[in-house]
Amino acid sequence: MTYVVKPKFHHPDLPKNALGYTHRDYEGKVSTLCAGCGHDSITASIIEACFELSIEPHRVAKISGIGCSSKTPDYFLGNSHGFNSVHGRMPSVLTGANLANRDLIYLGVSGDGDSASIGLGQFAHCMRRGVNMVYIVENNGVYGLTKGQFSATADRGSKSKRGITNTDSAIDMVGLALQLGASFVARSFSGDKKQLVPIVKAAIEHQGAAFIDVISPCVAFNNHAGSTKSFDYVREHNEAVNFLDVMTGRAPIHVDYAPGTVELVEQHDGTTLALRKLDAEYDVHDRLAAMNFIQHHAAKGQIVTGLLYVEEESADLHGHLNTVEAPLNALGEKELCPGSAALDKINASLR
Amino acid sequence: MPIQSVNDFVVRFANVNGSGSASANEMFARAVLRMGVPVAPRNIFPSNIQGLPTWYEVRICDAGHLGARGGTDLMVAMNPQTWDKDVAGIEPGGYLLYDSTKPMPKSKFRDDITVIGVPLTAICNREYTDPRQRQLFKNIIYLGALSALLEMDVGEIEKLIGEQYKGKEKLFDANKHALHLGRDWVMMNVQHPIGLRLRRANAVGDRIFLEGNSAAALGAVYGGATVCAWYPITPSSSLAEAFTRHCNRLRVDNDSKKAKFAIVQAEDELASIGMVIGAGWNGARAFTATSGPGISLMQEFLGLAYFAEIPAVIFDVQRAGPSTGMPTRTQQTDIISCAYASHGDTKHVLLFPENPTETFEFGATAFDLADRLQTPVFVMIDLDIGMNHHLCRPLTWDDSRKFDRGKVMTAAALDAGKDFGRYLDVDGDGVPYRTYPGTHPNKGSFFTRGTSRDRYARYTEEGPAYADNMQRLLRKFETAKDLVPRPLQANAGKPTKYGVIYFGSTTPAMDEATGMLEANGQYLDRLRVRAFPFHSSVTSFIAEHDFVFVVEQNRDSQLRSLVVNECGIDPVRLVPILHYDGTPITARFIARAIGEHLDALKVTPLRKVVS
Repeated sequence: MTYVVKPKFHHPDLPKNALGYTHRDYEGKVSTLCAGCGHDSITASIIEACFELSIEPHRVAKISGIGCSSKTPDYFLGNSHGFNSVHGRMPSVLTGANLANRDLIYLGVSGDGDSASIGLGQFAHCMRRGVNMVYIVENNGVYGLTKGQFSATADRGSKSKRGITNTDSAIDMVGLALQLGASFVARSFSGDKKQLVPIVKAAIEHQGAAFIDVISPCVAFNNHAGSTKSFDYVREHNEAVNFLDVMTGRAPIHVDYAPGTVELVEQHDGTTLALRKLDAEYDVHDRLAAMNFIQHHAAKGQIVTGLLYVEEESADLHGHLNTVEAPLNALGEKELCPGSAALDKINASLR
Repeated sequence: MPIQSVNDFVVRFANVNGSGSASANEMFARAVLRMGVPVAPRNIFPSNIQGLPTWYEVRICDAGHLGARGGTDLMVAMNPQTWDKDVAGIEPGGYLLYDSTKPMPKSKFRDDITVIGVPLTAICNREYTDPRQRQLFKNIIYLGALSALLEMDVGEIEKLIGEQYKGKEKLFDANKHALHLGRDWVMMNVQHPIGLRLRRANAVGDRIFLEGNSAAALGAVYGGATVCAWYPITPSSSLAEAFTRHCNRLRVDNDSKKAKFAIVQAEDELASIGMVIGAGWNGARAFTATSGPGISLMQEFLGLAYFAEIPAVIFDVQRAGPSTGMPTRTQQTDIISCAYASHGDTKHVLLFPENPTETFEFGATAFDLADRLQTPVFVMIDLDIGMNHHLCRPLTWDDSRKFDRGKVMTAAALDAGKDFGRYLDVDGDGVPYRTYPGTHPNKGSFFTRGTSRDRYARYTEEGPAYADNMQRLLRKFETAKDLVPRPLQANAGKPTKYGVIYFGSTTPAMDEATGMLEANGQYLDRLRVRAFPFHSSVTSFIAEHDFVFVVEQNRDSQLRSLVVNECGIDPVRLVPILHYDGTPITARFIARAIGEHLDALKVTPLRKVVS
């Protein structure tokens, strides 16, 4: 935990993006998490992704639940509105916020306790509805803020720091997201920024419910031998199926990879994902095959990472509800209030 | 002696749930209205779709009393399951209309009532072969029988059938035929009219006939609500469904055919209120509709909304609790759980409309109050107001009225250098400014949290900063006292030491009870409370009287507790008058309960006993 005030000055030659912002413009307050926490790496990846996409920070709404992971929105995008809501209820708050203004980018940050235990229901239902959002679970298999209890994503047989063996089956949030209809599903590792940054970028560009499960070791309570969410364990068992490059805008696409190893995926908003395949057989458009593949590897103790599923023709909740293009929060009396003449007619029909 | 009465009696229909009786019974009530005679119908129904008993009570009263009266003058007994109780419930000298197809032993009747048997099943079986037709037309046939017995204008019923089956000629003819089957049979076989009669009057005026849930939903439409998140629960489901219906008619953009509203049926009440809070945080007007169990589930979120100061509107259609209680019966039983909803020190704004018209008005106003005060606002109705049709003033709207969006700081104001502190009390009214997300590239953003923070929304666990914020929230609550609808006072014809406080759906019964008490020489000054926090006039009203009765529909005198607690009143001076069996409170009950107290006070002044 750091107490220093973050200095505002920076090197004059820091790279700038299309908006003229440096990555410093995407930072937030100094993290109060433990030194070496995986969550801080995810924060850095989010900052990098937003910087590279040249997103206007104030057009992002950051919403979280309660827990270590849910504190992180304070540590990135300091010029965005943030909402640290109620334990396990980020999805509903974000859904409401999204309904109010469809023009902002919604970043939902949650943890495994927040999303797989107390908030499992809300996680499930916001995936089902196809809320246009990025849903990041910073998954460390443990309750950090309350000092090391198992969470629902802890693998059966894994050991806690105090030496207790977990006897409950683990909830696989990626498997759930796939089953529940998320139109973008990925898994990554906080320690692999090269893989994670493009995934976050692609998820932001995705129109629909984008879910990213990021294994993020807890250095204080879940980084010991016997844990299946430690840095060492995840590195040893990481089975990456692909790496991404995200290309936005109308710029011509240059692909200089060996033939047959790259697949170009067009997203709804015009971005193109260049998918460098590590596993030639893996098809990111096949939901059922993805579910099989992940389960199959999980049984062998392997953690499948990469972009696992993406729906090309994705839809979102606003589409389902057929709402007007203008943000609902921008409508006034003229658009919303039917007035006295309509009321007179209603009165007449009630006699 | 058979009861003789014109335009002043109670008809009660005893039916089996799911038999299609509801629409026929409602048609009866509407036909009376069309004759210019006020009616107050009440549906007493089970938590069931088919098979259990259901009653529909129609109070006809040309004096205009719209509360439940109690007692039955004419029982239309169509349910063998409840026969004994139904027959026993008839007032001495009253009337019983029943299906005489199957002979009944004499012991099943009473000597002091007039029994009218109409062979409804026999008529149906003769006329129809389809079982569903036999069931549905039986209801129309008894309506026809009633029209002859009560000397109704049958033309009004025919007109209503015409409106219901507009464009469906065949159905219209079939229903009209059934109506006359019943009417003609009575004309030929039974002495008619009976002692209860309907005569055309002119006592309805321009009033409308409306359910509170529908009125609340209209209030939300007029109040500018764009986001509705809800979870089905009796008796509030029809509110969200009415909002959907009204929006589909009034809120679809003419050109694009797109919706200027978003309605989500959530997975539970936690998600409903979460969505409402998310939308409110993001600058849309949002509401949920629920009942007591839903309020219980929303508690944690309500504390967050109070502390993080997020506008939200909650329509609470109260029912009898605790737990599932009596889900289809009425009570005013969530007063405390809403007023102090959540953990920690919380207080919320409650509005208490008296009927559907006021529910519409308060419903629209709730959105202004929520934005102005940046806090949850509860519109407290109940099953009686919400799910029954009430005869009430027409709805009105002032076209020059603007939504009060409260203190929202704009990008221009931020650019002009205005000091923005999310929790900074700049005007001394306890209400800070807020910004909507996405307002300005580098000014005015803040981090919303349920955790303690300073005036500039920076996280802090410093005691003084926390206490400072909690004090400001109290100042804001003080501000609310003058913004919410004021209590309405009506003084007795003669000076009196006694007063009565009441609210919500108790109003029509209280109005009627006042007349009954005055006829007995017992005078009361009356104060109808319309909102919490209480306006200062509540305290002064109590101060001006020796004893004040507090009439409410719950066991624990919840409003009285709130008055004692918030106004610092000696509880001895507030006499609870409580009705909580799930039926709507009646004037007879109030007049008797208050009358007995007043008599007792006369015999032994309490002050002497105490001293």
